Amino acid sequence: MVQLTLPRNSRIRAGKTWPKPEGVSNPRKVRIYRWNPDDGENPRLDTYHVDMDSCGPMVLDVLIKIKSEIDPTLTFRRSCREGVCGSCAMNVDGINTLACTYGHDEIKGDIKIYPLPHMPVVKDLVPDLSHFYAQHASIMPWLETTTNRPGKEWKQSIEDRRKLDGLYECVMCASCSTSCPSYWWNGDRYLGPAALLHAYRWIVDSRDEATGERLDDLEDPFRLYRCHTIMNCAKTCPKNLNPAKAIAEIKKMMVERIV
Amino acid sequence: MADVNRGNRPLSPHLTVYRPQVTSMTSILTRISGTSLILAALLVVWWFLAAAVSAQQFALADGFMTSWIGDLVMTLSAWALWYHALAGLRHLYWDTGRGLEVATAERTGIAIVVLSVALTVATVVVV
Repeated sequence: MVQLTLPRNSRIRAGKTWPKPEGVSNPRKVRIYRWNPDDGENPRLDTYHVDMDSCGPMVLDVLIKIKSEIDPTLTFRRSCREGVCGSCAMNVDGINTLACTYGHDEIKGDIKIYPLPHMPVVKDLVPDLSHFYAQHASIMPWLETTTNRPGKEWKQSIEDRRKLDGLYECVMCASCSTSCPSYWWNGDRYLGPAALLHAYRWIVDSRDEATGERLDDLEDPFRLYRCHTIMNCAKTCPKNLNPAKAIAEIKKMMVERIV
Repeated sequence: MADVNRGNRPLSPHLTVYRPQVTSMTSILTRISGTSLILAALLVVWWFLAAAVSAQQFALADGFMTSWIGDLVMTLSAWALWYHALAGLRHLYWDTGRGLEVATAERTGIAIVVLSVALTVATVVVV
């Protein structure tokens, strides 16, 4: 359901301003969402001053610098630092992106960093993605076949393989789903752009033999049809994929198999 | 102890931190224009019903509809009608699987806003 305001325990308090490090030539203000599960208090927005002259180019570099030089309690996920793993997805400067591939020079004014929107927060910038992953699992993200296994591999023509381009690259960072207002209000039942993009990836796979069952499973006012083509998903995707288009293709197939 | 405090996890901020996008704003305007047209529809029904009831009733309804508030509501409703119709056409185009690239969707979004205002001005001039 639409709930415009945050629950009482989630409202953000004014936070702490961390002292400016000594002898800094080029300081920049960074404001970061903090929540500590152990102190029983509401989330807060902390302010840090980071020396940009000794900082790497990406937003992730800013976070790592703060963690190693100013505040070791700052908590965030990161791993590959090159846009492949999807761990460091967060809300930076009002859009969702991967901190490791987003340059801080693209941001005007203070750098503002929040966890992915409308998710339960585990700590600081770490959201609980359990439900998101469960939705992905529910679309059967694997090859379903009924015919006997071929001797070697399942073959696919070059043209058929090409249909998977723009779909298989998804790293499940959850930027798209958590940018979607429809997913905010109905994420409990609406699968969201990421899971639906994956659903379409298997629906169009020429080797898959469960297309009908896959479409049957999505034929639902919530699971598929809560997409209202708001397109925040495609706009924010750090891999430049287009879940909105994938969802539109699923909707088209729903119509095509009836008429 | 990953499960500690699972029941009391805060919800991360959403509407207040997410930057408005061309496509998200044109989307919510479609909702707003669609629902607010109910007001215009009810007023027009009141107008017609009053005309069917008596001269005094019609004078009252007509007085409101032709007052400046009535004019304002009707002008805004004309915009809402144009905008909602154009947005509907944009949705039909999307339903064919076309126009869904981000740049295209942003262009058509700006186009329906500009067109709806132009058509509203034209409507006001003509009527």
